[in-house]
Amino acid sequence: MTTYYTKDHEWIAVEGETGTVGITDYAQGQLGDITFVELPEPGSAVKQGDAPCVVDSVKAASDVYAPVGGTVTEANAALADAPELVNTEAESGGWLFRLTLADPGQLGGLMDRPAYDEYVKGL
Amino acid sequence: MPDDDASIEANDNLDELEPEMLPLDGWHRARGGRMVEFAGYWMPVQYEGIIAEHLWTRDHAGLFDVSHMGQLLVSGEGAAGALEALLPGDISALNPGRQRYSLLLDETGGILDDLMVTNRGDHFYLVVNGATKWDDIAHLREYLPDEITLNLLDEHGLLALQGPDAAPSLGALGLHPAFDGMPEVVDLKFMQAAAYHWGEVPLGVSRSGYTGEDGYEISVRAADIEALAEALCALPQVKPIGLGARDSLRLEAGLPLYGHDLSPETDPVSAGLAFAISKRRRTEGGFLGAEPVLAALEGGTATRRVGLALEGRQAAREGALVFAGEKEVGRVTSGGFSPSLNHPIAMAYVNAAHAADGTALTIEVRGKRLPARVVPMPFVPHRYHR
Repeated sequence: MTTYYTKDHEWIAVEGETGTVGITDYAQGQLGDITFVELPEPGSAVKQGDAPCVVDSVKAASDVYAPVGGTVTEANAALADAPELVNTEAESGGWLFRLTLADPGQLGGLMDRPAYDEYVKGL
Repeated sequence: MPDDDASIEANDNLDELEPEMLPLDGWHRARGGRMVEFAGYWMPVQYEGIIAEHLWTRDHAGLFDVSHMGQLLVSGEGAAGALEALLPGDISALNPGRQRYSLLLDETGGILDDLMVTNRGDHFYLVVNGATKWDDIAHLREYLPDEITLNLLDEHGLLALQGPDAAPSLGALGLHPAFDGMPEVVDLKFMQAAAYHWGEVPLGVSRSGYTGEDGYEISVRAADIEALAEALCALPQVKPIGLGARDSLRLEAGLPLYGHDLSPETDPVSAGLAFAISKRRRTEGGFLGAEPVLAALEGGTATRRVGLALEGRQAAREGALVFAGEKEVGRVTSGGFSPSLNHPIAMAYVNAAHAADGTALTIEVRGKRLPARVVPMPFVPHRYHR
């Protein structure tokens, strides 16, 4: 499994043709207390850069962009009752949705962990 | 995302000014406050997290730095009458040591600002919103007679200590009334004010605030504010609280926020602030905007500010449209998740026909219609010390 990162602070962990998407720990820290997550429907098609998911914090609602295109296979049902998982386990149990990758070549434009850490350091 | 940074940049572009630093700037940063630009100043939006800070204030005591607000002194012979030409309150009947909520209105009855006015015996003390203070000063100076003096206390900060532990906390500092006959600080009643000495430090204290809780607002010289904040936060029941929780607390308390729930396009009657128009002023008028405001009192208004409780967990925010069936009937002016109630709440202006408590409405958020119901405000009961 390889994990990639976007400049918009999403992560995608890829295993075979399936990617699991979430927001980074840095992102949840910036957003603050998360109170609601609007998740995409399984079966829906998303393009790279679409915003199929919205994270609501006490302060504001923020789009989560699809790091790559594909078809959504699963949304994290645990977030309906416990959206705060995105705060406490942003890069594990607080994942948002899974998709089947349309074009693995799109991963090439994303960052690896050291590059992302460097990027965040510069913010 | 996060997209809140974008709005901060937009504000900067609008003002073309670097935010100023308040006297407690370094203190906030040292305590881990996340600083954002607000009303032209760097201010802490949160320390440990908005929900934790919100609940702490409801259960214990929160210390808020509101030094961005304008503290004005109005003095001179006939000051009460001069203020009454601009404010709809009965300022002449405001006794020394008493505070009142009031409004600055324009000639159409539109709200230029909301404010607190205190009779300090030989002058009036006004606290106005930070973002509007310069316009307020210009407006006051334009209408007040030349013999009335207007001063901005720009060498003072303002702290708010709010929550059920506020009184024992401020009481623990050993303040002495500055004059014989003034009550001890713990004996002040809601909307009462007095002068105190904390050691050598003079403080202007009122029992009031913007959270719905019991508490105080404390005017203090900029040179002394850090020592006071430090002394209060040294108490185990007091923590510093950021602007984020200040907003969620005031929303639950049903208190409107200027620039969002109040503006020159809103009037006191539709805003649900008719209580600020004193009885004598209703019959006598004589304040800027009196004619349209008194007509609205008599004849009602097309829209009303109401509280909305949403089902589910998704919040509706400022600008979201409100529907009755397929008909658009209003617009949200403030909204967010209520940490005390654990569901989203909002304030909206809706057509008067749809403003009754219990009315079922929907709010459009990102293409979805969220079910909501008109509910009485405050959403969370006030706990003032009356």
